[in-house]
Amino acid sequence: MKKLLQLLEKDATLTAQQIAVMLDRDPQAVAADIKEYEKKNIIVGYKTIINWEKTENEPVSAIIELRVTPQRGEGFDEMAKRVYQYEEVSSVYLMSGGFDLAVIIEGKSMKEVALFVAEKLAPMDQVISTATHFVLKKYKVDGVIINDKSKDTREVISL
Amino acid sequence: MNYDSLLSEKAKNIPPSGIRKFFDIVSEMEDAISLGVGEPDFVTPWHIRNEAIYSLEKGRTYYTSNAGLMELRREIALYMERKLSVSYDPAKEILISVGGSEAIDLCIRALVNPGDEVLVPEPSFVCYKPCAVLSGAVPVPIVTKNEDRFKLTPEALRAAITPKTKLLVLPYPNNPTGGIMTHDELEAIAKVLRETNVFVLSDEIYGELTYGLNHTSIASLPGMRERTIVVNGFSKSYAMTGWRLGWAAAPKEIMQQMLKIHQYAIMCSPTASQYAAIEAIKNGDEDIARMREEYNYRRKVIVDGFRKIGLSCFMPEGAFYAFPSIQSTGLSSDEFAEKLLRKEKIAVVPGTAFGESGEGFIRCSYAYSIASINEALERIDRFVNGKGAETSCQ
Repeated sequence: MKKLLQLLEKDATLTAQQIAVMLDRDPQAVAADIKEYEKKNIIVGYKTIINWEKTENEPVSAIIELRVTPQRGEGFDEMAKRVYQYEEVSSVYLMSGGFDLAVIIEGKSMKEVALFVAEKLAPMDQVISTATHFVLKKYKVDGVIINDKSKDTREVISL
Repeated sequence: MNYDSLLSEKAKNIPPSGIRKFFDIVSEMEDAISLGVGEPDFVTPWHIRNEAIYSLEKGRTYYTSNAGLMELRREIALYMERKLSVSYDPAKEILISVGGSEAIDLCIRALVNPGDEVLVPEPSFVCYKPCAVLSGAVPVPIVTKNEDRFKLTPEALRAAITPKTKLLVLPYPNNPTGGIMTHDELEAIAKVLRETNVFVLSDEIYGELTYGLNHTSIASLPGMRERTIVVNGFSKSYAMTGWRLGWAAAPKEIMQQMLKIHQYAIMCSPTASQYAAIEAIKNGDEDIARMREEYNYRRKVIVDGFRKIGLSCFMPEGAFYAFPSIQSTGLSSDEFAEKLLRKEKIAVVPGTAFGESGEGFIRCSYAYSIASINEALERIDRFVNGKGAETSCQ
């Protein structure tokens, strides 16, 4: 199970047939497993890593530090839920340390992101403070180095 | 000047390596895919590179002792004890060489006298024969066969031994076939050798890259250590080809001679590389495991691909090469490789580069990304089975 998931995590375009060859398994059994993991929400979804910088519509992203008051009986979960409902929010993490929730936001422009923080996040009752950090450049995303499509530079050698 | 009459006859008579043949063309071809390179596509793990950088920052830019840094030799002794259950004295029995290749050359030069015979199982790596010839020895090929999974058999060995035999090269896990020798198979070889005075050059450079069984060194078998020179290195296991670092381990009487040649020809191996190697051998087990797993996936993908194309292919058990038979196409290895390159822009190495017995085979390295391997397989399929091959032919 772990190997199958690791393979898919690295390359979601692998077919059940290809994975079956790699793991010495029956293709149908692999396909059934994948279905099962999707059903159990172990495989939550499939995404593509895109270097938006190379396109004309590069979105702006920002990391927002939120300090919030936890709610009785709910801790931070209820607050996180209220935050992650927004479409603009791409990730929400509960953090240890100087603040509570790390919220990653994507927007079309800096202004849009700033307005979202000012109008949607900051006014919430439980929010004590916000700090917005805009992302200037992405070097590595989810284990993949952006801009590193390096050519095979191995030279010809006799061995 | 009339160079031809002046240059060394020995040097002139050595043929150039058959591997290079097409590859100068490949580098200039757009969207060509080469399955020709015999080196890992991984970059040396960062923690290893970092140790070399640190050594430079510290100003460790001097020669090391001729045999190499004592700390590295100690770590190698520990490694060989831990992984191969064979003990060597780091002070007298281990030498750090410039890649495994130098250690091979040293070993042959230290052992052979003119006219001695050196047994070389074939197909195998290209350097044993020329090294033997340069030392005045006579290389004697022992053909290994597909049906024997390219293993050296005790019968073939016994038949090849003559009173002049000085040395057996044991190149396992094997480049280019991917064959390995198990403990029991080595024991059968050892049984033949114990009755003789034949030495063994055990080239274990791919020893960490076996799939299924762990590698056994023939030096660990009873009575074999005294007659065996183990050659190993960092290139394949730790993806450190460019660092040029290997080692030899042998009884001190042999090592004394090898060290003399090494100290006059080379002085010592590169210092920064040696510091990197200490980190590799101490803390690199996980890197090896990670890369081995990746090669293993690719191995299955490429062999499955060849078989689906209709080319019979031995499932390699070590190293990172597949060695499919192309006999069914009716082409010779050379023709196949050349036509494949022209028609489909895929570079492979004809089996004949590894000895005459490689005729009918091609070597395909799987030290490439799965995506490249799949693309290459698609084009080879088109080439072999003619699917759309005519239209792509210029």
